[in-house]
Amino acid sequence: MLFKTITKENFKKMVEGLLEENEVIGPRSRDQDLGGNKIYRFLKINSFEELEMDYTRSYSSPKNYFLPFEEDLATYRLNDKDWEQEIRYTIHPRVIIGMRACDINALLKLDQVMLKSVYPNPYYFARRRNTLIIGLDHEPLEDCFCRSMNTDTVFHGFGLFLTDIGDRYFVAINSDTAYIILNQFDAREVTEEDQERYKTVKKQIESKFKTQVDITILPELMDLEFESEIWKKWGHKCLSCGSCAMVCPTCYCYGIEEDTNLTFTKATKRRFLYSCNLLDFAAVARGHNFRPDAHIRLKYRYYHKFRGFVEAFSQSLCVGCNRCGKACLAGISPKAVIDDLIKTEKK
Amino acid sequence: MNLKIPKHDINLEPFMVGPPDFNRQTVLMQTERGFKSEVVNIVKLTAIEKLFQIRISEPCERENFTFLPGQFVMLELPGCGEVPISISSSPSNREFIGLCIRKVGKVTGMLHRSEPGAMVGIRGPFGTYFPMQKMVGRNILLIAGGLGIAPLRSPIYWVNEHRSEYKDITILYGVKEPGQILFDYQFEEWRKIYDLNLLTIVQNPDENWKERVGLITDLFEDISIDPENTFAIVCGPPVMFKFICTYLANIGIPRQRMFISLERRMHCGMGKCCRCIVGSTFTCLDGPVFDYWTVMNLKEAI
Repeated sequence: MLFKTITKENFKKMVEGLLEENEVIGPRSRDQDLGGNKIYRFLKINSFEELEMDYTRSYSSPKNYFLPFEEDLATYRLNDKDWEQEIRYTIHPRVIIGMRACDINALLKLDQVMLKSVYPNPYYFARRRNTLIIGLDHEPLEDCFCRSMNTDTVFHGFGLFLTDIGDRYFVAINSDTAYIILNQFDAREVTEEDQERYKTVKKQIESKFKTQVDITILPELMDLEFESEIWKKWGHKCLSCGSCAMVCPTCYCYGIEEDTNLTFTKATKRRFLYSCNLLDFAAVARGHNFRPDAHIRLKYRYYHKFRGFVEAFSQSLCVGCNRCGKACLAGISPKAVIDDLIKTEKK
Repeated sequence: MNLKIPKHDINLEPFMVGPPDFNRQTVLMQTERGFKSEVVNIVKLTAIEKLFQIRISEPCERENFTFLPGQFVMLELPGCGEVPISISSSPSNREFIGLCIRKVGKVTGMLHRSEPGAMVGIRGPFGTYFPMQKMVGRNILLIAGGLGIAPLRSPIYWVNEHRSEYKDITILYGVKEPGQILFDYQFEEWRKIYDLNLLTIVQNPDENWKERVGLITDLFEDISIDPENTFAIVCGPPVMFKFICTYLANIGIPRQRMFISLERRMHCGMGKCCRCIVGSTFTCLDGPVFDYWTVMNLKEAI
């Protein structure tokens, strides 16, 4: 991998240049929580000043720029008995600035499903191909457990990845497009001093992780503790609202809906992101539901994340961002659930 | 300065032109593009089940469409919805495919209201199939409960078309009431021409019923099974699988030689939507046909 440095002043010029030519998405504060802390989201920015490079964590993940909450898969022109289907892929070049290592790792996990397994998804492909990602390192928050999930560092899946080393950014470069852009803003070769500062920052980041989750035997535990009371304990709290899946950077389950306009001349096939915690997720025709209880659905969310995905792709489908823990109205946090599972094993 | 993110318009790529070939799973294709097809005939089987004969309209798409016994298609009524349906016609029939559909929900209900000439969409084929090649030289025991006969028709046709390759073929078919029996107009053909041993049983007989009364497992009393040389294919309601497969395992048929077909409400057919996940296995990709050993190791499968 190539590394360079860019001063913060030049980085500002680069963002302003990118803003002139492209749509740019970045972290912006939208509101405050009860404690007066800013709530961030990844949104379109119009000027460098709107970009909050010191943001903590976005409430929902930037995955929705690749997997939108709702998306038209196909449209139909209906004509008496006949119809014509039309499929157009959205091509919308854009830059996303400020994605964390965990969020980029989340995209890499989605790539496994959407691009690298059978039936590559062209809708996702079109968005992934037309997005330049500029990542940004940060000091972990209290509840970040990405280190336990091995997603606190990232080596591919982005164009540039920035680490703040004082008056400049230490930049990892991972695509030609990004390299060409960076070089137009007086990016410098890495000096020994830069390298030392980078090492110091990285060590400091590492030392700040407070939350750990032990996932060593988690895949096996998922089977061993399948009938555990733990699932009922947490599942009975679950409101089956699906908030966790909506903010999760890796949840990709969806549903399909079709509808027509009022004159029956046009129809649309629409995909909408779904959640396996919603009541009818596994319902089949005539009303039979394979997962009728909240605790069973909660169990399967964990089962897919920490057992199913591991089996298929040798990695878990969680990046340790704890967004679901924060968003959960019933206070179910992944760390607490996993800790509980591990404890029962030790008894 | 050049700061424009290069535009990669996949709408201009070659895969946009030709029809998708769902048998080539790893290539980039228009995954939502359905083959426009005409409902050429509708056979009324019972009050709630009909056999739809569907012909892909475009000749090159029709030519491309090949499947194996046990696979399914996604059947779409534009503006109404899309449902997974297993194919119940012969793989060698390249003119039309047969889909036996029970009226249960929104899409199937709408389909039951349609008439010949209606245009529908087909995506597929998807999923695994009954490994008919592996069964060459052996006996095959086909067991169907209720609507489970629909996916079995495809291997039954296959066996007939390759009759010399297989030994004894037995079909056990059980339903609740005589009025629910499907495809009885073919029974004579199956017995006489296909040279199959077909036994039927009902739970609640009427006055005209002359064959066995009871549960499908009762039919095991009437046949002899050579466990060393028999493969089993089982389709029906989930409760049936456990009783039948346990019995067959007890008489010595290896679990890897029993094949069952699972059903879920799939939304994509391609391992993306996760709606058909059983434990950590996708019914659409790893199934719908599984051997019983695999199913036993799946949580919540049956």
